[in-house]
Amino acid sequence: MKELMLTNKAIARGAWEAGVAVLSAYPGTPSTEIAESFAVMDGVYAEWAPNEKVAVEVAIGAAVGGARAMACMKHVGLNVAADPLFTVAYTGVNAGLVIVVADDPGMHSSQNEQDSRYYAKSAHIPMLEPSNASEAKEFVKLAYELSEQFDTPVLLRETTRVAHSHGVVDLCDRDEREIKPYEKAIGKYVMMPANAIKRHVVVEKRDNELASYVCSLPINRAEYTSENEIGIVCSGVVYEYVKEALPNANVFKVGTVHPVPVPAILEFSKKVNGLYVVEELEPFIEETLKAAGIDCKGKEIFSRQGEISVPILLEKLVGAKVETATPASVPARPPVMCAGCPHRGVFYVLNKLKLTVNGDIGCYTLGAVPPLAAVDTCVCMGASVGMAHGFKKATKGASKNVAVIGDSTFLHSGVTGLINAVYNRSGITLLILDNSTTGMTGHQQHPATGKDLQGNPAPIVLLDELVKACGVKDLQIVDAYDVKAVEQAVKSAIASDQVSVIIAQRPCALLDKSKKPTAVVTNCKSCGLCMRLGCPAISMGENGVEIDPNQCNGCGVCVKVCPFHAIEI
Amino acid sequence: MMNILIAGVGGQGTLLASRVLGKYAMLLDKDCKLSEIHGMSQRGGSVVTHVRIGEKIHSPVVWEGSADMIIAFEGLEALRVKHYLRDGGILLVNDEKILPMPCITGVAKYPDDVKAQLLSAVPNATFVPAQAWAAEAGSVKATNVVMLGALCRLFGFDKEVMKKAVEECVPQKFVALNLAAFELGYERV
Repeated sequence: MKELMLTNKAIARGAWEAGVAVLSAYPGTPSTEIAESFAVMDGVYAEWAPNEKVAVEVAIGAAVGGARAMACMKHVGLNVAADPLFTVAYTGVNAGLVIVVADDPGMHSSQNEQDSRYYAKSAHIPMLEPSNASEAKEFVKLAYELSEQFDTPVLLRETTRVAHSHGVVDLCDRDEREIKPYEKAIGKYVMMPANAIKRHVVVEKRDNELASYVCSLPINRAEYTSENEIGIVCSGVVYEYVKEALPNANVFKVGTVHPVPVPAILEFSKKVNGLYVVEELEPFIEETLKAAGIDCKGKEIFSRQGEISVPILLEKLVGAKVETATPASVPARPPVMCAGCPHRGVFYVLNKLKLTVNGDIGCYTLGAVPPLAAVDTCVCMGASVGMAHGFKKATKGASKNVAVIGDSTFLHSGVTGLINAVYNRSGITLLILDNSTTGMTGHQQHPATGKDLQGNPAPIVLLDELVKACGVKDLQIVDAYDVKAVEQAVKSAIASDQVSVIIAQRPCALLDKSKKPTAVVTNCKSCGLCMRLGCPAISMGENGVEIDPNQCNGCGVCVKVCPFHAIEI
Repeated sequence: MMNILIAGVGGQGTLLASRVLGKYAMLLDKDCKLSEIHGMSQRGGSVVTHVRIGEKIHSPVVWEGSADMIIAFEGLEALRVKHYLRDGGILLVNDEKILPMPCITGVAKYPDDVKAQLLSAVPNATFVPAQAWAAEAGSVKATNVVMLGALCRLFGFDKEVMKKAVEECVPQKFVALNLAAFELGYERV
């Protein structure tokens, strides 16, 4: 049977067909749908872990315990999970273990453009990269075979254009698998120096075996078309662009981006008229080939930034500029906080009080966008808390800064920063914007929502109790829609020398889809104060402010902000 | 080979439109690829979905100057992607205006002449009040299916197959509403 399927779902399907029994992940665009798709398949266990490090550790435990297992994350998530990653390469697995990582060239939804292929090389873990949905499913199954054959975890890399494209996929049956018995092997699974020294030898031997073995895999293959044509080495979605743009070129399709099948590419290079490596982001394959003495061109032609495309290939490799109409010059339409978003009023207050705001990763990063423009910094998941502490230490407590983090991000890696701030006594103020969901990635459950990934009721981690258990004495809980209460709470918190935490509660406006009474404007004085909220439902008309009833969510924040009581609900 | 671009504002239902076109391809046993960007753009930003249908599809992405048709759910978004259209391609625009944040705050101005600019670039561009027609059919949420009905007629897709694709892509309880919306788009365009 055939199905038009999102690649992320095809990865989940591949895992299901390969008999994977346990999956653990943390949401992150463009990887989120893998876990969501797998969770509803028959006879499997799938969970949201609080962060990627935990997800990988769970998957390692499941694999050593005898079940085929998977962990999934976006590229920056692999940074969080790097600690277990480097050492599971030493222990190896029992049942197969695959870790999926989704890179984001062009940064459609990310804070950097890092290239995860270097992790594979650095951690000595083989990495496969499919070009489309159909391949993704097959590569997952191959990855489990390699994992068990070579007793190694295997990385599967995808990029946004692969992860979020649909393709036609052939469905197969599930290979139901018995649990592989776990056998105690202290020398293999307990990584302390005496054991790890011996395992490092095993890792190097495996690396060498894989380097030649991958040349025999059909996923690494030369496609010859013409003797006089150039040869292009590529993988992932770039392969599809090459086939489209240059149907006459000879192509070497790389399926294992680590180890790169160097001997096979050396053979290929001898039969073509000039060798080019086309890859998005870093010159990973190119450097490998050059180190092996294979002459090729790559990043002197193609950028390390952004994505490759068919027109770029035509221009750079055959000098054919694609003639198109000029793009129209039109106002940008950046993403914005939704109408009724509970974060809006909080940022309005922080702006009004002229505070420096150490922000974090989530919908509330949009608090940096005008007109709110309240957020000063955003680096990575959880960084708001540590950075706020650093600001305080740098200025000997004089800085007027606060940290802002969401509920899911706080549980991911903000709580450790809070423990540090209490322990090292910086007196920071932390606002936890608790919207009862993981918002930006599309509403995933987390440990404080009361439900798990597979829809079962789950125990709730109480944020207030957790904060208190970290040693915080000054804790306030406010309604995020109550702008005055938020302002009072912030004023009181920043006046304190102690670490203070404000939990601003209100579920994400998109969770409750019922139509609520909307705001109505009468006798507007056109002062424009409500326009500073940056609400997409509010615009300035000829006779004052207008509120679009189709967009208004009835949150009432504009009602509270208007000094002339001109807005009512 | 058929290249279709669907442009709109996050939340307007562009993804469903691409799913229906994908289902149409599957019903006709064609190869098909869709490409879309999720995540940040959901939150009221510009969204573009690419649909490619043919015997063998490589790139999931439609490139500039190669789209056979563009369905735009909003005027400004039509302007933003019009250079993707090939010469003689079909441009179908939902006659709706949604202010982006820079226009709301007054940093930028929403152009007064969106329609004129589109017509000067694509003289046979078609404008439909899809939202109003969807409301007539029963819900503004069916705006996307009104657009599909209109596109079906403009391009000459197989109407019965497209209707079957709509049926298979929307929840059972909304099938009648969506088929009514489809017919309105088809009949009135």
